[in-house]
Amino acid sequence: MKFRKYFADNLLPPLLGLGLFILLWAMLAQGNETLPGPIKTWHSAVALFSDPFYQKTPNDQGIGWNILNSLGRVGVGFGLAALIGIPLGFMIGRFDFLNKMTAPIVSMLRPVSPLAWLPIGLLVFKAANPAAIWVIFISSIWPMIINTAMGVRQLPQDYLNVARVLNLSEWKVFTKILFPATLPYMLTGIRLAIGTAWLVIVAAEMLTGGVGIGFWVWDEWNNLNVEHIIIAIFTVGIIGLLLETMLIQLAKRFKY
Amino acid sequence: MKSFVPTNAMKKYVQIENVQMSFATKQGAFVALKDIDLKIDRGEFITLIGHSGCGKSTLLNLVAGLLMPTDGIMLCADREIAGPGPDRGVVFQNHSLLPWLTCFDNVHLAVERVFGATESNAQLNQRTSEALALVHLTHAEHKYPHEISGGMKQRVGIARALSMQPKVLLMDEPFGALDALTRAHLQDELMKIVAATNSTVVMVTHDVDEAVLLSDRIVMMTNGPAATIGEILTVDLPKPRNRLALANDAGYHRMRGAVLEFLYQKQAKQVA
Ligand SMILES: Nc1ncnc2c1ncn2[C@@H]1O[C@H](COP(=O)(O)OP(=O)(O)O)[C@@H](O)[C@H]1O
Ligand SMILES: [Mg+2]
Repeated sequence: MKFRKYFADNLLPPLLGLGLFILLWAMLAQGNETLPGPIKTWHSAVALFSDPFYQKTPNDQGIGWNILNSLGRVGVGFGLAALIGIPLGFMIGRFDFLNKMTAPIVSMLRPVSPLAWLPIGLLVFKAANPAAIWVIFISSIWPMIINTAMGVRQLPQDYLNVARVLNLSEWKVFTKILFPATLPYMLTGIRLAIGTAWLVIVAAEMLTGGVGIGFWVWDEWNNLNVEHIIIAIFTVGIIGLLLETMLIQLAKRFKY
Repeated sequence: MKSFVPTNAMKKYVQIENVQMSFATKQGAFVALKDIDLKIDRGEFITLIGHSGCGKSTLLNLVAGLLMPTDGIMLCADREIAGPGPDRGVVFQNHSLLPWLTCFDNVHLAVERVFGATESNAQLNQRTSEALALVHLTHAEHKYPHEISGGMKQRVGIARALSMQPKVLLMDEPFGALDALTRAHLQDELMKIVAATNSTVVMVTHDVDEAVLLSDRIVMMTNGPAATIGEILTVDLPKPRNRLALANDAGYHRMRGAVLEFLYQKQAKQVA
């Protein structure tokens, strides 16, 4: 009885949605020669994922390597952005002067598509891989700066008064008050940053080449292997979803 | 015990002379308090009462050192109040516990700051436990603020302030947000703690019964802007006080009447 209610409330709607989606896809594929249907794609995916880590030539490697390479670039670019963006966000949030100093730059550069920075990266680093990482860095640094600074600025006056009446040292203020109070905002920034970074990596790799899911899509387009392109879309989507879910779970642990 | 303390030290433990406080606002300077003169003895329990917005919190924050007066002199134990200090423990209206720390750690943070340089870890933990035991919260030591009731949070706030062994305990409407039963219970506990520790207390309240029950003197403030002290009522009811016995006490009712008269006749607020 209970399971039936849970099923009807929580499992049925998404399953129905997915079912209709696949049905629609199948119908579209029926009427269009070039678009492979769900079943054909599924078989192709099974074949593809049965050997994900083969390495034939530098440019022909298993889907697993492509995914890992993309994740690696996102990880490095994002990590560097966190390393710089989070402390910068703390300082901008804490010192109004710095905030006013940086605000125009941040607001001006933030709306720029990260891909516009790719040529600068190629110019400076003279190599495709660091340039792609550079693009990820740029795309993920804004949400981290902005959200961290916002968290610091939203710090309740009450907590600062506590710090003052207890006469806490700057270090204690940071570790016991500022950091934990800002952590939820920081995690939001991290989640947004990872989301954008994962969004941008496909486009960046299409432009730079090498081993990676984005370049793989481009490669399969040149081979006119549409099944693989569709598989790539699903793979990117599912990995993005997993990253997001992981970070939401992490953020839940730090909700006070 | 008391007779050993020289009378000089007894008197004028906290001195507020000619204090004025104005805030800079967009419309220019706003004078919140002016001509405030008050001397508080050691071991005295003072309540500040007045209509909302008259400047009670401002006065308390001045004593706490969270605000600096624009004019006048403020002394605590003959030293100028130049900022917040561990000699003045503060209990905030909304408890202000840090939600990411357990009750124990919230209190420990204060203890560590005051005694960390001179005492061992074991001693610091001991002090923390004792402070929580004083407010009967030993069983909730390792709970987080969101896991305990409002009254318990306020007790942790009191334990945190007391754990620093302050010379003066400052409380801004500490029971204002609590239901009547919890409030009565905490008032009784506070009376016991103050009697046991012989603390000097300045407490803001808007509750007339609370003021008469707890105070040695009730400081009644006029309405702002430029609020000042209107009257000071000495409550000479014998201690310890019992709320049930006081219910039939003529002196209690006379004083209650005097405060009510001040608030609702002399300083009656026009309803806008
Ligand atoms: N930081 C501030 N800036 C400007 N005005 C203030 C500030 N703090 C308090 N006030 C004003 O001072 C008056 C007294 O405030 P407060 O001490 O909080 O009153 P109470 O605690 O008696 O309700 C109020 O009119 C309030 O608006
Ligand atoms: Mg107030």
